[in-house]
Amino acid sequence: MLEINNICKTFNAGTVNEKKALKNLSLTLKDGEFVTVIGGNGAGKSTMLNAVAGVYGVDSGSIIIDGIDVTHLPEYKRAKYIGRVFQDPMMGTAATMQIEENMALAARRGNPRTLRSGITKAERAEYQKALAELDLGLEDRLTAKVGLLSGGQRQALTLLMATLRKPKLLLLDEHTAALDPKTAQKVLDATDRIVAQNNLTTLMITHNMRDAIAHGDRLIMMYDGHIVVDVSGEEKKNLTVEQLLALFSQASGSDEADDKLLLS
Amino acid sequence: MMSFINAFPGSVAQGLIWGIMAIGVYITYKLLDIADLTVDGSFCTGGAVCAVMIVSGQNPWFAILCAVLVGMLTGLVTGFFHTTCGIPAILSGILTQLGLWSINLAIMGMKANQSMNVNVHPLIVSLRYLSDVSKGNRPFYQHPIFVVGLFTLVVIAILYWFFGTERGASIRATGANENMARAQGINTNLNKVLGLMLSNGLVALSGALLAQYNSFADINMGRGAIVIGLAAVIIGEVVFSKLFTNFALKLLAVSLGAIIYYVVIQAVISFSNIDSNYMKLISAVIVAIFLTVPNLRAKGMFQSKKIHKGGA
Repeated sequence: MLEINNICKTFNAGTVNEKKALKNLSLTLKDGEFVTVIGGNGAGKSTMLNAVAGVYGVDSGSIIIDGIDVTHLPEYKRAKYIGRVFQDPMMGTAATMQIEENMALAARRGNPRTLRSGITKAERAEYQKALAELDLGLEDRLTAKVGLLSGGQRQALTLLMATLRKPKLLLLDEHTAALDPKTAQKVLDATDRIVAQNNLTTLMITHNMRDAIAHGDRLIMMYDGHIVVDVSGEEKKNLTVEQLLALFSQASGSDEADDKLLLS
Repeated sequence: MMSFINAFPGSVAQGLIWGIMAIGVYITYKLLDIADLTVDGSFCTGGAVCAVMIVSGQNPWFAILCAVLVGMLTGLVTGFFHTTCGIPAILSGILTQLGLWSINLAIMGMKANQSMNVNVHPLIVSLRYLSDVSKGNRPFYQHPIFVVGLFTLVVIAILYWFFGTERGASIRATGANENMARAQGINTNLNKVLGLMLSNGLVALSGALLAQYNSFADINMGRGAIVIGLAAVIIGEVVFSKLFTNFALKLLAVSLGAIIYYVVIQAVISFSNIDSNYMKLISAVIVAIFLTVPNLRAKGMFQSKKIHKGGA
């Protein structure tokens, strides 16, 4: 479903601030695979996600989604295939617009924006049903401005919006990092449910090693711009945090795993 | 006092005309979150195109239509500078505005103004019709307040419809949260250009109406227009925000804001001995104050407010 072939990305090339964020990174996701991504700060996790989403282009290599080469497509055109939830709860929704307006915008992802009505009655009923499933009490607040919602509610709504039209690929960039533990768990549960229901191919970045092990069916660890650990199946299910740390030290050849990864 | 009362209908009519420009400013400033300085140039462009065409014998309705189209073209140029060339929005507007100075002169045949004759040309609005209607020489529906009021309502109705469509909603999303808009597959650059075109089309419409009202277009007629537009937007918001929450009513509030602005200015001129050349300075100070107050309020500078919101 997703094929990342040898991509490289360097920021501020040729200056003292030069940062090689991605170094010949390759990754292939099968249809319906749910992959969690961990790694220290500056390992290139978010850069990889942003490169796939088209926030910026890559220096070399190619990105293919379901057989379509999107390497040179602008961000808004790639959005047709990709659902995204960001780390910052403010980023995924338009605060000054109503809940139903936000959802209607998301429901038209990948479609041309015409002069037809921006939202129909039939849609409203559909949105109400989808919101009720979130169990956050949003189903009666369709016309409330999104700016009035809490961070957790906004992340849950963004998740719903990302999957309203089934995306070929779901990108979650530490989407629970800004939430309190209880709300984070609720959003993660909703994530599991929505991914399973729609059999979505998913890449989820997390800073929490336990979450990385508990969710998804494959785990990759990044270090210094490439993938150093890639486990799936039974091996992943039986993984412990200690084993993961050992794997990291082995792969990166350093002990810094302890400071950088023991965040949970 | 008498001079103020006599000038009152004229102030309302002028306020209504500027209100259409202010609605254009609202689209860029409030919906797209862009301070578009093209306005000072495109306002005159609208007036110049309209005046020149009417003098050359064209139908005034057709002249207005052409003024709107040329106005949209100026917005396209600013949008091109901003999106394709990557020039910051404010600078893009300034560049277009500067270039339009020459173009506006060229439209008027390298003259600083172009006058029309209300006795010769069948104008749609004119200062003359004010007294004509009150003397009974013209039917009431030719009264400038009635005509421009109708223009305003039609503009509001069209915008209300448009911003409810898929495309209109996507333009609002572009202004509200560009990241979100792109993640939802919205071409934000195209939408900015469309918004700027729509806005400057309305600004040119306003310029065309003002030129007819005054029976002339002048190279300086748009100077400071953006400030008047912002004043109208802000006054409308401050005065009516509690009352008007619906989008159409918010646009109406902008138009009413422009009327309030003009009536107040007229009052200042009538009741004081201030040289009218100081009006631009007074306008600038008033707008600066209105722009400052909401920020100070957000910072909690006004402790006496009953409901005190914490944080920024």
